[in-house]
Amino acid sequence: MSENKIPAEYSSAFKQTSGGVHERWRLIKDAIARYGVVAGGLGVIVAVVMIFFYLLYVVYPLFLSAKAESVSQYDVPESALGKTVLLGIEEQNEVAVRFTDTGQVLFFAVATGKPILNEAVKIPEGAQIVSFSQGSPISGGSVVYGLSDGKAIVVKHQYKVTYPNNVRLITPSLAYPMGKAPLVIDEPGAALEKIAVKIGDNASTIVAKTGDKIRLSHFEKEKSLFADEATVTRTDSVLDYAAADVADILIDKDEHNLYLLSSSGQLGLFDISDKSAPVLIQKQNIVEAGKKITSVAFLNGDLSLMIGDSSGLVSQWSKVRDNLNRFSMQKIRVFKVSDKAVVLIRSEQRRKGFMTLDADGTIGIYHSTSERELIKQRVAHSRPVTAAISPRANAVLVQSDDGKINFWKVDNEHPEVSLSSLWQKVWYESYPKPDYIWQSSSANNDFEPKYSLTPLVFGTLKAAFYAMLVAIPLALMGAIYTAYFMTSKMRQYVKPSIELMGALPTVILGFLAGLWLAPLIEEYLAGLFSLLIIIPIAVMLFAFAWQYLPENIQQKIPEGWEGAILIPVILLSAWFAFTVSVPLESLLFHGTLRDWFKTELGIGYDQRNALVVGIAMGFAVIPTIFSIAEDAIFSVPKHLTVGSLALGATPWQTMIEVVLLTASPGIFSAVMIGLGRAVGETMIVLMATGNTPVMDLSIFQGLRTLAANIAVEMPEAEVDSTHYRVLFLSALVLFMFTFIFNTLAEVIRQRLREKYSSL
Amino acid sequence: MMKLWFKSGAPWIWLTGAAVSTCLIMIVGVLGLVTVRGVGHFWPHQVTRFIYQEDGNEPKVIIGEKVETSITPAAMAKSTGFKMADNEDTLVQYLVKTGNRDVTGTDFRWIQARNIKELSTPADMMVLERREWGNFYGQLAEVKENGKTIASGEQAWPVLQTKLEETLAVFKEIAHLEKKEIGAINYGLERLRLKQRKLELKNRLDDTAKQQIAAEKAGYEAEYNQYQTQLAGLYQKIRRYSLVAKTENGSTREIPLSKVVRAFQPNAMSLVDKIVHYGAKVVEFLTDDPREANTEGGIFPAIFGTVMMVMIMSVIVTPFGVIAAVYLREYAKQGFTTRLIRIAVNNLAGVPSVVYGVFGLGFFVYILGGNIDRLFFPESAPAPVFGTGGLLWASITLALLTLPVVIVSTEEGLARIPSSIREGSLALGATKLETLWLTVLPMASPAMMTGLILAVARAAGEVAPLMLVGVVKLAPTLPLDGNFPFLHLDRKFMHLGFHIYDVGFQSPNVEAARPLVYATALLLVLVVIGLNLAAIVIRNNLREKYRALEG
Repeated sequence: MSENKIPAEYSSAFKQTSGGVHERWRLIKDAIARYGVVAGGLGVIVAVVMIFFYLLYVVYPLFLSAKAESVSQYDVPESALGKTVLLGIEEQNEVAVRFTDTGQVLFFAVATGKPILNEAVKIPEGAQIVSFSQGSPISGGSVVYGLSDGKAIVVKHQYKVTYPNNVRLITPSLAYPMGKAPLVIDEPGAALEKIAVKIGDNASTIVAKTGDKIRLSHFEKEKSLFADEATVTRTDSVLDYAAADVADILIDKDEHNLYLLSSSGQLGLFDISDKSAPVLIQKQNIVEAGKKITSVAFLNGDLSLMIGDSSGLVSQWSKVRDNLNRFSMQKIRVFKVSDKAVVLIRSEQRRKGFMTLDADGTIGIYHSTSERELIKQRVAHSRPVTAAISPRANAVLVQSDDGKINFWKVDNEHPEVSLSSLWQKVWYESYPKPDYIWQSSSANNDFEPKYSLTPLVFGTLKAAFYAMLVAIPLALMGAIYTAYFMTSKMRQYVKPSIELMGALPTVILGFLAGLWLAPLIEEYLAGLFSLLIIIPIAVMLFAFAWQYLPENIQQKIPEGWEGAILIPVILLSAWFAFTVSVPLESLLFHGTLRDWFKTELGIGYDQRNALVVGIAMGFAVIPTIFSIAEDAIFSVPKHLTVGSLALGATPWQTMIEVVLLTASPGIFSAVMIGLGRAVGETMIVLMATGNTPVMDLSIFQGLRTLAANIAVEMPEAEVDSTHYRVLFLSALVLFMFTFIFNTLAEVIRQRLREKYSSL
Repeated sequence: MMKLWFKSGAPWIWLTGAAVSTCLIMIVGVLGLVTVRGVGHFWPHQVTRFIYQEDGNEPKVIIGEKVETSITPAAMAKSTGFKMADNEDTLVQYLVKTGNRDVTGTDFRWIQARNIKELSTPADMMVLERREWGNFYGQLAEVKENGKTIASGEQAWPVLQTKLEETLAVFKEIAHLEKKEIGAINYGLERLRLKQRKLELKNRLDDTAKQQIAAEKAGYEAEYNQYQTQLAGLYQKIRRYSLVAKTENGSTREIPLSKVVRAFQPNAMSLVDKIVHYGAKVVEFLTDDPREANTEGGIFPAIFGTVMMVMIMSVIVTPFGVIAAVYLREYAKQGFTTRLIRIAVNNLAGVPSVVYGVFGLGFFVYILGGNIDRLFFPESAPAPVFGTGGLLWASITLALLTLPVVIVSTEEGLARIPSSIREGSLALGATKLETLWLTVLPMASPAMMTGLILAVARAAGEVAPLMLVGVVKLAPTLPLDGNFPFLHLDRKFMHLGFHIYDVGFQSPNVEAARPLVYATALLLVLVVIGLNLAAIVIRNNLREKYRALEG
C-alpha cells in the first residue's frame, strides 16, 4: 500500500542523527563503555599483580628486623633495701620484681618504678644470705637463697590477674613452694657458697656447693590416692667432683642433667637420673685459654647452654648423640655479640631466643637456630648490673650501676625465620647433625618449630620430575603422531578426548591413585616395569610384521590409522606383561621385586610413593603438554613440509628435521606449562603420597610438596603467626615458580606465532 | 632388510602412534574404572553363608557379601607369611563384608578360599541398612511391638515391611519437625539475640525494645513447646517396633525399627525387585543427607553446595571475563599492553589453584571479611560472620581462578566474527558500544557460553582452594533455606570434590566408604565430562556458523 513511505523506525533514526540530547547521550554512553572496558581489561593485570603483592605483604614481616624503643627510665625503687640480684617481669608487662641481696623482695610498677609491695624472706636468726639463684623462669619464677648455716629457702613470685569492674588488676605475692622452714642442705652447717634449684610439679632438686663439695638434695612428692597430704621423700648425695672453683650450677628441667661450670672454663656434666648416685659423663674445657666464662644460661627447653665469655662470644653447647648412642656436649654455633665481656644472658621463655648484655650496657637479642641478630642497642650509659626479659619477650628491664632502671619495649615477632633457617641445614637441639627439617607443630609445649622449605621444594621438584618423566614422552610422541601422521578423521576424535582427560578433576585422579593404583603397583611392581620393555617391543614386532601382511588387509586400513590398530596390541601385551611378570618375579627375585629391592639394595618401599605420584600426575599433565605441542606442530606451515617431501625426504625425516625444528619453541613452551602445572598440583600429591617431608631421591619413597603442605597445614595455622607467614611464603615460592614458567612459555609462544605468520 | 625398515622411519611412526593409543587406553581405563565401580555400588549383592574352618579351629559360620577376590601366587604368599602346600599355585582370598560392626567390631574380613568348607545363599538372608553401626546381616526371627512378639517365622517378613514403612513415615515427620520447624525457631531466636546485642551496642536498648524482644521470644518459646510435645508423641510412636534377628554365630539381637533405614533379602529378590531397589538407592544417593560420618546415605548437601557455589561464581566471572575479552579484541591496540594482558591471563591460568586458596583465605576472608564483620556485624562478635570461610568467598576465589577460561574462550569467539559485520554496523552510524551490544556480543554469546561452561566444569572439580575458603565435611544447614534472607552467603557448605577427598581419605572407615566415594566420583566425572562435551559441541556449531558467514 504505502510503498514510498519510509518505515517508522528508520524515520526515527534519522531524527536522532540530527543532533540533540539523544545523540549526545549515545556518545556519552559510548565513552563510558570505553573506559569501563579498558578498566576491565587492565583489571586482569591488576589481579595478577595484586595476588603477588598481597602474598608479599603477608610474607614481608618475616624478614623485618626487630625494634626496641625506650619507654621510661627511673631510679631503682627503694634502693635502701639492698643491691639487686634479680629482676623479673610478669606476663602483662605491668608488674616487675626486684630481689635484693638482703632477702627483700620488692614488687613495683614496670613503667614508673612505683613500689607496690615489699616482702622480706624469712631468714633464720644468725644466718646470712651467701648465695642466690633463679630456677628456670618457666617453672613458675622460683628462686633459692643459700644461707651461711647450710640451709636453703625457696621462694616463688607469683601474680594473680583479676578483672574488677572490667579493669585488669594484677596482684603480686610471694609463696614458699618447699615450705617456709629453711631446708637443711649441709648437715654440718657450712655455708652454701653456690646454689641452684629446679622446682617441678612433683619433684624438686637443689644442688649447692659447700667448700669443695657439691651436694645434691632431691625431694619427691608422692600424693596418695585418698589422702590430700603428700609425703615427701628426700634423697641426698655428694658429687665426686673437684668443686673448688665451681662458679655456676645448672639443673635441667627434667632434673636429669647437672652442669657445673668453673669460671676458668671447665664444664662438668653429670647424669643425675639416679639422684642417689650421680654419674660424671664429661669434663671438658669449653673456652679458649686466656678467656673466662662471664655468663651462662639455659636456652628455653633446657637442652642447650648459652655460654658467654670475656671476649664477647656467646657459644651454644648442646648434648649431641654420636653413632654409638653416647652423649657428649658439643659446640653447635657461636655468636659474636660484642668486643666486651658478655655480662649477662637471659633466655626467652617461649622461643629459642636469648638476650645478651655486655659490659658497655649494650643489649643484643638473638635467635639461636635462625642465627639472627635481631636487636643490638645501647640501653644503659654505665656498666649494667642485671636485666630481665618479659615472658612474651616483648619488654626488657635493665639496671645499670648508676642506680637507674631502663624499661624498653621490644617488637620481635618472627625471630625464628631467616634465609639460612629456611634454606640451609640447621643444627637443631638434640639432633646429631645439621639437617633440613620441616616440622611445624607438635603436641608438646616447648617444642621448637622447624621451618626448612628445602625438603618441600625438593619434594615438589621430585614429584614434578617423575610426572614429567611419564608425561613428556607420551605427550610429545602423541602430539607428533596426532598432528602429523594421523588422519584428520581420527584426529577429530582423538584430540578432544585427550583434552577431556585434562578436564578430569584432579581429586578423582588422586583418589584413584591413592586407593586403587598404589595397592595395585605394590602388588604388581615387576609387571609395571616389564610394561616399559614389553610394550615397545610388541609394538615394534607388530609393525615389522605388518608390512608382510597381504596387500588386501593392509589396504583396508590406510595410513594414519596405526594408533587405532595398536590399541588391541598394547592391551594384549600389557596383559601379557602382568601375567608373565608374576612367575618371572619369583624365579628371578625369589619372591617379590619389592622384597628384593629391600633386602638386596636396601631400598625401602612406601605404598604411596613417587612412582604412584609420577603416574597419576603424569596423567594429569599429559593433556596440557599434548594440546599445546600438538597445536604448535600442526600449525607449522604446510609449504615447509611439502617442500621437504618433494626433495625426497621420508615423512619421518621431514618430521624430525623440518617440523620439529620449526615447532621446537612451541614444544618447549608446552613442556614449561606442563611443568608449571605439575609443580602446583595439590590434590594428587596430597592423596597419592604419604606427605612425609623427607629428602630421599628414591622413587619408592614418599614426599611432601609445597602445595600439599599448604593444603594440609593452612587450616590450622594461627593468623599472622610465623607458621602462617611461612606458609604464605611457600605459596609465594609456588607463585614465582609458575610465574616464571608461564611467562617464559607465553613469550616464546607469542614469538612463534609471529614467526609462523611471517613464514 | 631390518636396517632399511628402520631407516625409512616407519617404526618410529608406529611408536608415536603407540603413545597416542596408550593415552587413549589410559583415559578410557580411568573412566571405565570409575563407571564400573560407581555403578555397581547400589546393586543388591547376594549374601553368602560360608562355613569356614581355619587350621585347627572349629568350623564357623560367616555371613556376608563377597566384595573382592585377590589371587596371590604361591611364592608371594609364602614371603608374606602364609603357609602354602606344595601343590598350591595360588592363594585365593575373598574380602567379605560381614557388617554387624556393633557385634564384631569390623565391617570386613578376609577369608581364604581353601578354608571354605561349604557355601550357600539361603533365601532368608536379610540385610538391614541402619542409621548407625553400618549394615546388619542375619536372619529375621520375629517382630515385636512394645516388647511383645507380634509375628515370627514366615509371617515376620511381610509384617516387618509394613511396620518399617510406618516407622519410616514417623521418622520423616520427626526429621521435618526437628530440622525445618525447630531449626527455624532456633534461627529466629539467634536473630533476636543479635538484635538485642546490636541495640545494646548502640545504647538504644530501652524498655520498649526490651519488651518487644521479650514478647517475640515468648512467642518462639510457646511455639517451641508445642513442637516439643508433638515430638515427644512421635518419639513414643517410633520406639514401638523392634525386630529380633539371628546373627552368624547364632546369637539373637534385637534392633529397634527406628534405627533401620531399609530391610531387604537380596537372595530372594527377582530381577525386577533388584532394579526397583537399585533405583531407590540411586534416588536416595542423590537426594538424601549423608549418614554415619558421610560413609552411607546420600550426598545431596554436597551436590547442592557445589551447584550454589558454581552459580554464584558464574554471576561474578561472566561479566569480568567478557569485558576483559572485549577489551583485548575490540578496544585495545595490539601491542605491548595486550601482550602484557595475555601474559597476565596465562599466569592466572597457570598459578596453582592452592595459591588462589591462600590468597582467598588471607585477602577475602581475613581482610575483606574481617572488616565487613567489624563494620556491619559488630553484634555477633567474637563469632565471625563473613570473617571465616564461606560460600561467598569460595565463589569469588573460584571466579578469579576461572577468569582466564572465560576470557580465552570469549576472545576466540570474538576473533572469529568477521570484521565485515562490525564495519557494516559502524557504517550505518552505530556507535562502537551499539555495534558491540547489538551485533557482536549476541553473535559471540555461544562462545561466552562455552567459556562459562568450561569455567563451571573447572570449578566443580576444583578442591584445593576450597579447602581453605569455606568447604566443610559436614554442613549442618544448606546455604539456601526458608529462613530470611533465604540465601546465606556466609555459610559454610559441602562440595562434591571435597567430599571425595574427605570420605576417601579422612573417614575412619575407608573400606566401607569406598563404594560411595566411587559413586560420588562417577557423578562428578559425569557432570564435568558432560559440561565439557556440551562446550565442545557448542564451539563446533559456532565454527560451522562462522564459516558459513565468511563463505
